[in-house]
Formats: sequence, C-alpha cells, structure tokens
Amino acid sequence: MKNKIIDLHNITVAFDGEKVLDGIDLSIEDGQFVTLLGPSGCGKTTTLRIIGGFISPDSGDVFFDGKRINDLPAYKRQVSTIFQRYALFPHLNVYDNIAFGLRVQKVPKNEIAERVAEVIKMVNLSGFEKRKIDSLSGGQQQRVAIARAIVTRPKVLLLDEPLAALDLKLRKDMQVELKNIQRQLGITFIFVTHDQEEALSMSDVVVVMDGGKIQQIGTPEDIYNEPVNAFVADFIGESNIVDGIMIEDNLVKFAGQKIRCVDKGFGKNEPVDVVIRPEDIDVVSPNESPLSGLVTAVTFKGVHFEAIVDVDNFKWMIQTTDMIKEGQEIGLLLNPDDMHVMRKSEYSGMFGDYSSFSDEMDYISDPDYVEDEESEEVAEAEE
Amino acid sequence: MVKNKKSFFVGSPYYIWMIIFIVVPMLMVAYYSFTDIDGNFTLENIKNLSEYADTFVLSIFLGAVATLICLIIAYPLAFMISRSKASTQKMMIMLVMLPMWMNLLLRTYSWMTIIEDTGIINSLLSKIGIGPFHMINTAGAVVLGMVYNFLPYMILPLYSAMTKIDKNVLEAAEDLGANMFQRVFKVIFPLSVPGVVSGITMVFVPSVSTFYISQKLGGTGYTLIGDVIDTQFLNSGRNMGATLSLVLMVLILLCMLLMNQFASNEEEAMLV
Repeated sequence: MKNKIIDLHNITVAFDGEKVLDGIDLSIEDGQFVTLLGPSGCGKTTTLRIIGGFISPDSGDVFFDGKRINDLPAYKRQVSTIFQRYALFPHLNVYDNIAFGLRVQKVPKNEIAERVAEVIKMVNLSGFEKRKIDSLSGGQQQRVAIARAIVTRPKVLLLDEPLAALDLKLRKDMQVELKNIQRQLGITFIFVTHDQEEALSMSDVVVVMDGGKIQQIGTPEDIYNEPVNAFVADFIGESNIVDGIMIEDNLVKFAGQKIRCVDKGFGKNEPVDVVIRPEDIDVVSPNESPLSGLVTAVTFKGVHFEAIVDVDNFKWMIQTTDMIKEGQEIGLLLNPDDMHVMRKSEYSGMFGDYSSFSDEMDYISDPDYVEDEESEEVAEAEE
Repeated sequence: MVKNKKSFFVGSPYYIWMIIFIVVPMLMVAYYSFTDIDGNFTLENIKNLSEYADTFVLSIFLGAVATLICLIIAYPLAFMISRSKASTQKMMIMLVMLPMWMNLLLRTYSWMTIIEDTGIINSLLSKIGIGPFHMINTAGAVVLGMVYNFLPYMILPLYSAMTKIDKNVLEAAEDLGANMFQRVFKVIFPLSVPGVVSGITMVFVPSVSTFYISQKLGGTGYTLIGDVIDTQFLNSGRNMGATLSLVLMVLILLCMLLMNQFASNEEEAMLV
C-alpha cells in the first residue's frame, strides 16, 4: 500500500456560525490525481485551503506525510497552490514570478536559473521570460502560475479551479497538459472543480462533495456507474432517478413494473432509488416493452438524439441513435445491468425527473420559492 | 473634427478656469520676482535670496522629517485598515478624515494649549510632581503640528493603493514560502509604491510651505519659508515674496522629480 501523503480527520469548519465543512475524512495517497468535485458552496475550496494552510479547522486534524500540521503556517508547508485567478505578482516579470519561491527560500542563484529554465521549458513558455504579466493572455498566465507552483518542487500541488477562466478548447488542451505534468513530476495533485466532465477525464480518484460533506469517494468509473445516492447520480452525468421497491435480490419494482436487475443486498421490499442512465435505454416499439411513453421533446445532439419521454407523468431522458419524433409513442427496454439501485438518502426525490434540466429552472418559474434554508424547514414542518 | 470641437466646447469652462486661476497667477509670480517695487526689471531679488538660505534648508529639513514620520505611522495603519472587514474599513477611514473636518487653525491652536509651558500636559504632570517640560517653540513641536495636520494625506493614498493589492497575491507569496517579513518587502511594498509616492507628495509639499503651524508652535526660533513669504507680502510689497515663492516652487519640483525618479527606479529594479 502506498504512503498516505494527506490525511484529514473529522474536519469541521464554520464561517459566521454556518457549517462549511462537516466532518470531512479524507485520505490521499502519494502520487495520485485527486479531484474534489461539487457544486459551488459545497466546501471543496475550503477543503483545499485547509490543506494549503490558509484556513485552520475548528475541529479535526490535518496530517501531512504522517505529521500533524494543523498549526504549521502556509509558508512552511510543502504544498503549492495554483489559484483560480492565478494571483501572479503584477510587479514582476515571468522569470521573476517563477523564481519567487526559490528566492525566498534562498536557493543559490545558479540553481535558480537552472530550475526556472527547466520548468519554463516544461510549460512551453520559452522566450517569455522578460515579459510583463499584464501582457500575457489568460492561457499564458495559467502556464506561469503552473511553473511558479511546481518550481519549488512541492510534494502536493493544489489546484483551485485553474481552468475555469479558459475557453472550452484551451481547457481541453490544458487538461491533457496538466495530466502530463502530473505524470512527469509524479507528485500528488489535488484538483478542485465543479465540472464533472473535467473530474472524470483527469482523475485517479474523484471526491464528490455537497453541503460540506463528502458524498462519495471513488474512481471515475465507480462514481459514474455506482453512485451512492441521488445527488451523485444527478451531479455526474445525466440520470433518470425513479422511486422503486426492492422486491428481492435481483428484482426491483418501479413505474408499476417488476424488472430484473443485478443489484442485491437490500432488505425485502426496501424502498430504493433506481438510476437509469439515458444512454443505456433501448428504444423499441411500445408493445415490446412493459415501459412505454410519449416523446414530448427531441433534441439533435450530433452523436445522438436526446429525447424526453413522458411515462405516467414522470419525464425520462433517453439518448438514442434511432430516429424518433415528437408525439411518437415508444417503448423503453431495460437490460438488468442498465439499472443501478441505491438506498434512499436525504437527496431522494430531489433529482432525476426531466421536467427541466436544472433545479434552478424550477425555482425561477416558481413565485413561491424562496432561496432560504428557513423556508425549507418551514415547508418540511408543514408537511 | 466635429468630435474635437465638441470636446473643446465641453472643456472650455475648465480651460478658462485654468488660464485665469493657474497660468496667469504663475506668470504674475514670475513677473513680480524679476521686478522691483516700481515695476522695473531687476535681479536684486534673486541676489537677496542668500539671506534666506538657512530658512530654506530648515523648511525642507523639517518638512522631510515630518513626511518621514507620517510615512512610518501611516504605512502599517493603512495596511491594517486595507485588510480589515469592509465595515471596519469605512469606520477607520471616517476616523482618519474626521480631524480634517475641523479648521487647521483650530487644530493648531488646540496643540498650543496642550503643549504650552502651562498647558494641559504640563499641568497634569505637575500634579504628579514631574516637569514642567518645555515643548512649545521647539523644532519638535513644529514637526508634531505638521504630522498631526497632514497625516490623513499620507494615510488615504497609501490605503487606496493597498486596497488594490489582491489578497490572493499575498496568499500566493505565502504559499511559495515567503514569511511575513518577505511578504512585506517583496510584495506589499513594491505594490504600494504608487501610494507611497503620492502620500509623500501630499505631505511634503504643504509641510515645506506651511507658515501657520510654525508660527504658532515654533515661535520666533523656527521661522520657516512660508512665514517669510507671509511677512514679505504683508510688510514689504510683493516682489521679494514672489521670488521666494518661485524658488520654493522650483525646489519642491526638484524634490518631487528626484522622488519620482527613485520610485520608478525602484519599480524598474523590481521588474528586472
């Protein structure tokens, strides 16, 4: 087993009485590319800042390479951060920005020159050494930020949504480049993002967070194929999440139908959430499947069609390469391994119906919705 | 061309203002400097300048000391204010500006009553059997007056330069291993140089040319160039006063050029 480079034990942080992190336990192995993924306000950046040393936890312990570092100030930690808006030194040129960390650590001059030249080559910034920061494009500034952070040879590199400000194509290129840099250096990367695609394509391990808690830790494949609850299923990719009852092992009932599945280990007649990914659903004629419904919308996506199908007032999303039309009655065929059954959670019923794509869409057209936790509590109490 | 005409039209009140109240008075100062009381051209005033050399030196020296003290007091304060909560910032800046709402003469008078030989400090000290200390009519009292009166002009430009420093940049410096000392000297100071330059200008210029503060707190022993100009205009006509003003202006200009040169060198040095 590999060495644990970062270990967070039961970390809790509150700002102004509001809990931002609630009992975070996280072990990160040396040399891995770990992504903290979640919506804004989920606590991912706070977690990163705790590791960086910019926030100290209200309770819980931070271990670095086996040593407790709760009280170690940021400038003494062997981690480097790439900040969201790069935070380059505006009064220094490219070379001096990159050399900053080595100079404050009193590295000999000739070694500084050598090491800076090496990272400048690594991030393809040769020839830019004397350029002023404000004369660089966003992508170039990004490279300076990377070079500045890795030149000090940290054991862990923290990346706070570093690609968020770049346009789509450049972002894809930088994803590949960051991954390459990580392989070359062989150090641990802890990467924060709210972009699930970015998380899936870059990481060894994805940590899905919401509401100051870790929802799931796993490989990208695990997270996508075996989400633990409705939040993870909805946040990662598209998913239809329906209420179901686990009749027995390998048999689940939902949408009025008993359907064979591969999940087991639930209680008899236990209420569950069933996830079906839109791309796993086969379109057949209505009489070939017990599940059928009316196509209410079709969008051409290039690779496939994306259709919304109304099955007894529950809106399913399906992705298919078959030609289908709005107003058409179709059957939905599910194979046993197309379904993933999850235990009920606090998120049950909140996601997975495609009347709209985002919750926000529901909220903005609902005059009674107030974005306030208190009103939610009141609504719950009334129920 | 139409656009230029328009902007000239909009700007014309300001141009007229500047000509009447800035350019013309300057020319008048220059005119009086080189004429005698009857309006004949003369270099007599310039020749007489040497009588005032000591006063010039004293004015610039005390002004420089006051500016330096202001900088030392204001720098940490401005930094602290710029890093505090928005509501605290507003309050602190209010407090900094508050004394400026009171008249300069009044503020200087209150210092007289505080540091006089029979003033508040000495009468308090005599009650516990110490003193009296002679404080008024010393160079220190003059500098105190300057510092007290002009401190806000140092704090405000420093504060505004420091609020522009991105918090993330300081975190980045810390992240890269810079301790507090290194963060101050390698990041905060270089980034606040524009504020330092304008703060020094705004304190040094009025300090060097002040006359009221030195009269009230310095007595007869610390007559500054402003006092001399004051008496010249009141008692001996405009010509010598104008010459002194002109020279003072040139000297301040030279000091500022030197200062800016130093500051831009500093920035250059940081850039290289």
